[in-house]
Amino acid sequence: MATVSYAARDSRTMLRRNLKKAMRYPSLTLTVVIMPLMMLLLFNYVFGSALGTGISGMPTGGGDYIDYVAPGIILMAATSGALTTAVSVCVDKTEGIVNRFRTMPISRASFLTGHVVGSVIQTMTSIALVIAAALLMGFRPDATPVEWVAALGLLTVLTLALTWISAGIGLVAKNPETASNIPMPLTFMPFIGSAIVPTESMPDGLRWFADNQPFTPIIETLRGLWLGTGIGSSAAVGLTWCVALCLVGYVWARRTFKAGAKR
Amino acid sequence: MTATRTSAPTAPKATAPAITAEGLRKSYGDKLVLDGIDLNIAEGTVFALLGPNGAGKTTTVEILSTLIDADAGEVQVAGCHLTRAADAVRSAIGVTGQFSAVDNLLTAEENLLLMADLHHLDRREGKRRAKNLLRRFDLAEVAGRTAHTFSGGMRRKLDLAMTLVGDPRIIFLDEPTTGLDPRSRRTMWEIIRGLVADDGVTIFLTTQYLEEADQLADRIAVLDHGRLIAEGTAEELKQRIPGGHIRVRFADAQSLETAAGIFGIAARDEESLTLQIPSDGSIPNLRAVLDALEATAVQAESLTVHTPDLDDVFLTLTGQSRPADAVDSPKENA
Repeated sequence: MATVSYAARDSRTMLRRNLKKAMRYPSLTLTVVIMPLMMLLLFNYVFGSALGTGISGMPTGGGDYIDYVAPGIILMAATSGALTTAVSVCVDKTEGIVNRFRTMPISRASFLTGHVVGSVIQTMTSIALVIAAALLMGFRPDATPVEWVAALGLLTVLTLALTWISAGIGLVAKNPETASNIPMPLTFMPFIGSAIVPTESMPDGLRWFADNQPFTPIIETLRGLWLGTGIGSSAAVGLTWCVALCLVGYVWARRTFKAGAKR
Repeated sequence: MTATRTSAPTAPKATAPAITAEGLRKSYGDKLVLDGIDLNIAEGTVFALLGPNGAGKTTTVEILSTLIDADAGEVQVAGCHLTRAADAVRSAIGVTGQFSAVDNLLTAEENLLLMADLHHLDRREGKRRAKNLLRRFDLAEVAGRTAHTFSGGMRRKLDLAMTLVGDPRIIFLDEPTTGLDPRSRRTMWEIIRGLVADDGVTIFLTTQYLEEADQLADRIAVLDHGRLIAEGTAEELKQRIPGGHIRVRFADAQSLETAAGIFGIAARDEESLTLQIPSDGSIPNLRAVLDALEATAVQAESLTVHTPDLDDVFLTLTGQSRPADAVDSPKENA
């Protein structure tokens, strides 16, 4: 009874704390946006025409490379958002405020819940900014409102999964520098998938990895929802990956937090 | 459990101890940090746990404040069982750790309001307490500044103010003045004295400064290598070395070595090349020391006579226990 409402109340307090900081220091959100934004500019204007001609069966008939590359790069905003979660959780840990929370009669879950929910909101904001930039640069999805909702929903679940994993990383990392380095491979994973070029163009071994890693089916699903390319089994596989990663991240982060103070 | 708003001490003083511990043990891997600690701390008193770095002070605080579990031992804090009623303990205590646990990106006021929210105070009450604490700790003028702009002393004050938002009956202060300049240290002492006098709280303090323990504490326990090697009031502890000591400084290590050979129970400090010889400060005693030095033809640089203070207790107690323990006792902290 009382414990449940306190858990919600404490989580809201923690969320407010994180959002307050996000609002006060918008640079925290902007750094997340910058990387995918640069990618978008680079791949559209610099490599765009060369890569575009090499890709057969461009999504929207006419074939602007931006239409092919935008979904993958929008997804990168989710991976780079994860980085900031790891750092902010780790900063709280090393500065000792987590230990203060632990000695208070508050819900054990609230600290991580506040961080994760706050980060998901922050990352979704950056995703919206990257989508807007892509639209300005000529990204022309033909999605219906339902498809838009589905695409954003999938991105939210993915962000949630990556955020829980990063929260765990933030707790195990010795210092914020390490915390920002550990999730680095995450930001490269989409490249070794179908974000930039179709996996068919890759050598066998690499292609096997690209086809079977979690980001490829998610990117293919987004592409299908936005541009009407074939989705096939990608939606089910991608969603399964997201839910599985989410569960793993959640359980791991919660367990790490519980074991926490024991150095 | 809800956070209670106890302001006056309700329990009868003499009968209800604030903290009791029996046989507290903790080790990290094969590193033994606490080797059977017993504590009995009366309500409304200041208790100082005194010890060198790595003695196990922080570990003790971490256990008593529910941060980590002990391997063995029975503990009651504020009349509640430490592990079985952890949340009840948490609502009775406040902890200010060794490193200031403030949110650097929030302002002083926001930090206090965050604590108020987490103690489930209503908004108006939270604001009122925040305002009072800011005034009390001389932080009213900087209430709107973010904490990362604060000096060490201000930060420590804010940290303690945050601890007080929940109106704790027992406050743990882990080395509250380490790293502070002398002036900030004095201020902190005044604040701590005020807490006991005005609010009747119990304070559990750790420190490596004897002066601090002498200034603040009703009772002092000396912790060394995970064991309590002495406990009592500052006066009682000082009586353990009845006559203070004579401190003799030498020109080189060789002389120190030779002199140490004749005064068996003397504590030796290699760095400052001094020897502390227990003494009652009387003329015959002083003469005996000088004669002994003369007989060995060791050249002493200077000599001072000390009346007893806590330093002597500390050095004698830890100095005597260390050589024997150094081999098998683990050193904490890397």
